[in-house]
Amino acid sequence: MSQVTPVFKREFLGYFRSPVAYVFLIVFLMASVGLAFFVGQFFRANQASLESYFTFHPWLFLFLIPAVGMRLWSEEKRTGTVELLFTLPLTTLEAVLGKFLAAWAFLSVAILLSFPMAVTAGYLGDPDWGVIAGSYLGSILMAGSYLGVCSLTSALTKNQVISFVLSVLACLVLVLLGWSVFNGALSAVLPVWAVDLVANFSFVTHFDAFTKGIIDPKDVVFFLSLTGFTLFLNVVALER
Amino acid sequence: MIEVKGLVKHYGSKRAVDNVSFTVRRGDILGFLGPNGAGKSTTMKMVTGFLSPTAGTALVNGHDVTRDPVAVKKQLGYLPESAPAYGEMTVEEFLGFIAETRGFRQRAEKAARINRALDLTHLQTVRTQTIETLSKGYKQRVGFAQALLHDPPALILDEPTDGLDPNQKNEVRALIKKMAAEKAVVLSTHILEEVEALCTRVIIISQGKVVVDETPEKLRARQPGARLDEIFRTLTSSEV
Ligand SMILES: Nc1ncnc2c1ncn2[C@@H]1O[C@H](COP(=O)(O)OP(=O)(O)OP(=O)(O)O)[C@@H](O)[C@H]1O
Ligand SMILES: [Mg+2]
Repeated sequence: MSQVTPVFKREFLGYFRSPVAYVFLIVFLMASVGLAFFVGQFFRANQASLESYFTFHPWLFLFLIPAVGMRLWSEEKRTGTVELLFTLPLTTLEAVLGKFLAAWAFLSVAILLSFPMAVTAGYLGDPDWGVIAGSYLGSILMAGSYLGVCSLTSALTKNQVISFVLSVLACLVLVLLGWSVFNGALSAVLPVWAVDLVANFSFVTHFDAFTKGIIDPKDVVFFLSLTGFTLFLNVVALER
Repeated sequence: MIEVKGLVKHYGSKRAVDNVSFTVRRGDILGFLGPNGAGKSTTMKMVTGFLSPTAGTALVNGHDVTRDPVAVKKQLGYLPESAPAYGEMTVEEFLGFIAETRGFRQRAEKAARINRALDLTHLQTVRTQTIETLSKGYKQRVGFAQALLHDPPALILDEPTDGLDPNQKNEVRALIKKMAAEKAVVLSTHILEEVEALCTRVIIISQGKVVVDETPEKLRARQPGARLDEIFRTLTSSEV
């Protein structure tokens, strides 16, 4: 497993070698904070909380994480560096983990860059710091699951556009399963337990608890196991 | 050192490589010839563990590539066709990454390895340049430097002199010759003179099958007085 380190290091630093990373960080920050201010009414809600920032994350991630994840393997396949990587003395799992963890760390940086908002809330009022910490944790865990899905779809094709579209579709399904509007429609035709079962596979269902400051092991396990499962499929897809 | 046993590769219904076997001992330089699409690169990719063979296997220093690919990859230096590399990195960063995955993590040792590889391939002047801005020949040299970095006992070079200027071609040939005493080398090429100047053995493959496996002198003696390319044409066209 020691071979994860050089791959991680190369990938993580790689983000900052190109302008794409800075563009991404700025877009991410503007979109997430912008939604919180203008749609979520961060100030007018008159509450010292970041709820209006975090509620949009499942929807925001739907586009922004595929934008990061689509190139993970597609790019290596297109430029042929995959041949270089897989003739170095490392296993497929080590390569997958190294790349995934680097992208996850990068996304965590993007998410944590909004910390000045928390500081503002702390300055203006008296927010519940437990809720804020839980929300950050939930958001980062959820980002990992999105990224797992995107890493997998990107291993399936060398075309980044296809990779992006597949990622968005796969993530969209995982979000919609728990969307109240969709569940409302579903409950008209299915019994309650079936609707609950479907909703249980959604990002939104599991993320909501975090934003209320509830860190339920069940939700943590959901995100981690979804991530683990997609990475496992990722290894299988690459070794095929 | 390198033992190739009955390698077969199917792409769909097409047999790209059809039961190729040969052995390369320490001190041998094996020239791999064949028309475009003959299966040279595919064979090399299977020996290096990048592609898994449909049937057959290859042993490097006693390690079986289908059973223990990582052990094989440690023994090999591999220059893939068209020398893929991470374009956004500088030459020195890129070789640093290779050094780390090859297990040279101590600062001094890593720097020594990188410097040696840069000296051997005459890359010192461009060490801080990003790879994507290098000319084709320089990129090729970066690929060569990457393959030599850990001073491997076996080298597999897919068209190592492709894109080099005449001076560099001679340099690279001299370098390969110098190193070959204690290494097993397999190289593919389309330059027939290169085989005469460099190789101790020639294998010609055509449509995935080995049609010739002998010394360059014997190959020449097949049609006394004929040019090498005439002999090559006779051998590869009679197989159709
Ligand atoms: N991924 C692939 N899918 C389908 N066919 C492939 C694939 N890769 C290679 N082939 C086919 O396998 C055959 C052998 O290709 P290979 O690249 O090994 O040839 P080569 O001897 O290296 O040729 P060249 O001299 O042009 O480099 C070709 O007919 C090629 O079209
Ligand atoms: Mg080739």
